[in-house]
Amino acid sequence: MSQKDTGSKWNLTPQGWNLEGVPAYQDQTRYTQVGRSVPRVDAPAKVKGEAVYTGDMTLPGMAYGKIKRSPYAHAILKKIDISKAQELPGVLAVLTGAEAPNRWGIVPQTANETVLALDKVRFYGEGVAAVAAIDEETAEEALDLIEVEYEPLPVLLDPFESMERAHEVLIHEDSPGNIMHQGEQVYGDVDKAFSECAYVLEREFHTNYPQHGFLEPHTALASYDPQSGQMHVWSSTQVPHYLHRQLSIVLEIPMNKIRVTLPTIGGGFGGKGEASSAEFAACLLSRKIGRPVRVTYERSEVFYTNKGRHPAHMKLKMGLDQDGYIKAVDFDNTMDKGAYSGWGVVVLFYTASMMHLPYKVPNVRFRGRSVYTNKPSTGAMRGLGGVQPRFAMECLLDELAEMMGVSPYELKMKNAIESGHTAVNNMFVPHSEYKKCLQTAVEKSGYLEKRGRLPFGKGIGMAGGYYISGTAYTLYQNYKPHTSVMIRVDTEAGVTLFCAAADIGQGSNTVMAQMAAEELGVFYEDVHVQAGDTEIGAFDLGSFASRLTYASGAAIKMACVEINQKLKETAAGMLGVRADQLVIKKREIYSMYETKKRLPWEKAVEAYTSINGSLVGLGNFSPPRRKGIDMISGNRVQGANIGHSPTYGFSCQVHEVEVDVETGRIYVKKVTEAGDCGTPVNPMSVEGQVEGSILFNIGGCLYEDQKLDASGKHLNPNFHDYKMPTMMEMPEMDTNIVESYDPTAPFGVKETGEGAVQPTFPALVNAIYDAIGVRFYSLPITPEMILKALKEKKEKEG
Amino acid sequence: MKQLIELNINGRNYEVAVNPRDLLIDVIRKKIGLTGTKKGCGEGDCGACTVLIDGKPELSCIKLAIACQGQKITTIEGLAQEDGSLHPLQQSFVDHGAVQCGFCTPGMIMSSKALLDRNPNPSPQEIKHELSGNICRCTGYKKIIEAVEAAAKVWSQEGVK
Ligand code: FES
Ligand code: FES
Repeated sequence: MSQKDTGSKWNLTPQGWNLEGVPAYQDQTRYTQVGRSVPRVDAPAKVKGEAVYTGDMTLPGMAYGKIKRSPYAHAILKKIDISKAQELPGVLAVLTGAEAPNRWGIVPQTANETVLALDKVRFYGEGVAAVAAIDEETAEEALDLIEVEYEPLPVLLDPFESMERAHEVLIHEDSPGNIMHQGEQVYGDVDKAFSECAYVLEREFHTNYPQHGFLEPHTALASYDPQSGQMHVWSSTQVPHYLHRQLSIVLEIPMNKIRVTLPTIGGGFGGKGEASSAEFAACLLSRKIGRPVRVTYERSEVFYTNKGRHPAHMKLKMGLDQDGYIKAVDFDNTMDKGAYSGWGVVVLFYTASMMHLPYKVPNVRFRGRSVYTNKPSTGAMRGLGGVQPRFAMECLLDELAEMMGVSPYELKMKNAIESGHTAVNNMFVPHSEYKKCLQTAVEKSGYLEKRGRLPFGKGIGMAGGYYISGTAYTLYQNYKPHTSVMIRVDTEAGVTLFCAAADIGQGSNTVMAQMAAEELGVFYEDVHVQAGDTEIGAFDLGSFASRLTYASGAAIKMACVEINQKLKETAAGMLGVRADQLVIKKREIYSMYETKKRLPWEKAVEAYTSINGSLVGLGNFSPPRRKGIDMISGNRVQGANIGHSPTYGFSCQVHEVEVDVETGRIYVKKVTEAGDCGTPVNPMSVEGQVEGSILFNIGGCLYEDQKLDASGKHLNPNFHDYKMPTMMEMPEMDTNIVESYDPTAPFGVKETGEGAVQPTFPALVNAIYDAIGVRFYSLPITPEMILKALKEKKEKEG
Repeated sequence: MKQLIELNINGRNYEVAVNPRDLLIDVIRKKIGLTGTKKGCGEGDCGACTVLIDGKPELSCIKLAIACQGQKITTIEGLAQEDGSLHPLQQSFVDHGAVQCGFCTPGMIMSSKALLDRNPNPSPQEIKHELSGNICRCTGYKKIIEAVEAAAKVWSQEGVK
C-alpha cells in the first residue's frame, strides 16, 4: 500500500499494519491529495523567470516614487523645504508627512506610526518626504534637493537607559517612562512553589537584533483613478486585509474603494506582516498626480525600516521538585521595541505564553515591558515571541538537568505535555506528539550516546519547542470569521477557489488546492486558486502566526459540504442510488456498496449546472475563543489569551557542532529534527519549511545582528555586512515528520512554518556547551566570544 | 550622453540607448523588459541578479551595460527549450521543491547552469562552493543542492546544450 503511485514517499500507514482496526484517518486510501509531496503550483513560472513580482510591473504612465530619509535617529523636524525639488524637471509631486497625518499600526490600540515623520524623527532612516518623478534617477535627484532642518535630540538605544532617562527624553509624548506597554501575569503561588523546590536556578539571557532577510525588497504599486475614486494597490505584503484597513485609515477612503492585489511575493518571514511606507507613499503620490506610482525599496531601506525580531533581555528562574517536575517559573522580560509600536503588545504577551508549553508548569509569573528606543522598529519575525523565551527556557532546563545529574532528554520527557493538556493560563492542547518528537530526534541523532563523550571542541545539544497553529487572536477588532473561502464549480472553470490568503512563498496556494481537491474528490491540478486579492478573494486575516493551513483548511471543508451534497443528489438520480451512499473520489462518483454504479464527476457537474448554473459553496473559519484566565483562581489575566490557538505544533532539534578553538568559528555539522505538524498536507513543502527554519535561526544564533553606532546610525544595512548563512554554512539536515493527526483539526493539520525555528537557538547553545564547556547567554555567539570564553576558561582552570 | 549599443541577449540582438553608467540589470529589466532577472540587493551581495556572460556567471547589478557589447548574455528567460518545455535544471528545481518564494531562483539556476556546463558531475562540496554567492532565505539550500545533483544526472545521461 505504498503511495508510490501518487509520487509520495510518505506512507501514512506504517508497514505491517493491518488496515482493519486502523483508525480511518490513518487509512491512506482515505486521502489522495492531502499527504502528497507535489510540486508547487507556482514553481514552473518561477523557474522560467515568468512569475511577476510587484517590482516587475509597470503600468502605462507609471511614475517612480522615492522616500527621503532622516540622517538622525532622534530629532525635531524644524522645517522642510520642498520648493527646489518641485522645480526639478521630471518631478511630478512631492509629499510631506503633514499631508497624511493619520496614525496607523497593526494593533489598533497602540497605532502610532505615520507615513512620513510629522514633528520629529525617532530612528535613523525614518522617512521625512517622498517624491514622484518620471524615472528613478530624477526622483533620487529630487530627494537631494529637499532641504530639511533638524534639531537633534538625545538618542536612546538601550531599553534600560531609555527607561532611566525617560524623565529627560521622551520618545513618544504619550508613553511615560518610554514604555510602550507593560504587563504582569501571575498564575498560582509562585513564591510558595519555589520555596518547596529542590532545584532552583536563575539566569539572564539576552538576544540580538536580526532582520528577516527576505530577498524581495518591499515594493508597492498604486494606481488611483480620479474619476471613480478607486485605489488599486499591488503590494508585496503578507497581510492584504490588514493593509487594506490601514490604507483606508490613512487615505481616508472607504475600504470598498480600495483594492489590494498581491503579485508573486518574494518572502516575508513577518517583515511584510504590517503595512509599510512604500504602500502609503505610492498611494498618496498616485492620488496627487492621477498616475500609477511604484515605490521599490533599496536593500538599505529594508534595513532602516526593519520590523525584525525584538532584542529581549530576560531573567528566567525555574524550580523543580525532588523528582525533577517543574513546579514554578518566574520570567521577567524587557523587550526593545525600537521607535514604533507595531506588533509590540502581541509579541510581549506571546513571550509570556511561551512559558506554559511544551511542559507542564503549575505556577507561573511573568513581568514584561516593551520599551521604546531610537532604533528602527522591531516587529514580527518568524517564530514571533517564541524564539527568545524558548532559548532561555531550554538552556535553563539543560542546566537544571546537569544540576540534578540527569540527561536533559530525561528531564524534558518527564515534564513534556501530552494530548488534552490544559495549561494554567487556560491554553488547551487538543493533541500533542511532543514526546514522539523528542524521542525521534534523540534516537536518530544518537544524542544520548554522544553527549558528554565527544572530544573537546565537538558537541551535541538538544532542545524542544512548540508554536501556535491557526491563531485564536485577532487584531481586526471585529469577531468576523478569520478566513472565508468561496469555491465555484462549473463546466467552464472546473473548480475555482477564491480566498484572499497570501502565498508569500510558503506554498499556501498549493496546499489550499490539495485540501480543496481532497474534499471535492478531484485532483489538486484541477483546482484554480484565486488568492491574494481583496476584491476577488474572500476575507482572510493574512499569512502570519502559522495560521493559514489550519484556518483555510477548515473553511475549505465547510465550503465543500454543499457542493458535494448537490453533486451527490444529482448523481443519485442519474445512477438510481441513494445520495448518502455515494462517494466522490478521483473525479468519479460511485456507490460505496455497488461500485459498478459510477459516473465521471464532470458528468454530474454538467447535469447540475445545466439546470441550475454554477455551483457555489461558502465556508469560513472562526477559531474557538477561550478566556485568558488563571485556571486556579478563575480570574481574568491581562493578555493571557494571546497565544491561545486551536492547536499547537511541536518539534525537537539536536545539533552537532564543531568549535575551532584556534579561530573561534563554530561549524554546525548536523541537525536532526523531528516535528509534529499534524498531517503533512504537502510533505515536501513541510521539509522545505523546516530546513529553511533551521538555517534561518542558525544565522540568528551565530551571525546576524543589526549594528548601530552611538548616534543610532545603521552600520550594516546591506547583505555584505549583515551576514546570512550561505550554502557553505548549511549543515547536514535530517528532518523527520512524526506520525501525527490532530482529530480536532481539518485533515488533522497543524502548523510548520514557525515551530521549527523555536528549538534552534537553545539546541545550538547547548551543543556549544557540550563542545567546550562554556555556556553562552547572549546572542549571536561570535568567534570573538568563543575565543574570549576559552581564554577565560583556561585562566580559571590553569 | 546616451549612446546606442547592441546587446546580445538569449540569442537575439537588442539595440538600446544607454548612459555609460547604466547597469546591466536595469537595462535588462527596464529597457528590454526581461524581468526574470531579480534585484535583491543591488550591491553584488546576494546573487539574485546572476546572468551568464559568455557562459560565465556574472552579477548584473554591478556590471555596466556598455561593457557587455559583443558578448553573449543569457538570462533565465533564455533557458527553456524552444517548445516551451523546461530545461532539465528548471525541471529539477520544480520537482525537488527547490523553489519557495522564487526570488533567488533565477540567479540560483543561472549559477547552477554555469557550474554544470563546466563540470557536469560536481560533488556536493563543489555545488556548495559554486553557489555560495547566491543567497536563499527560504529553503535552507538542501533541496537546491538535491535539485542540482539530480539535474547533473540527467545532464550526463542525456546531454544538454
Ligand atoms: S542584486 Fe545583484 S547581487 Fe544582489
Ligand atoms: S526561494 Fe525564497 S529566497 Fe530562495
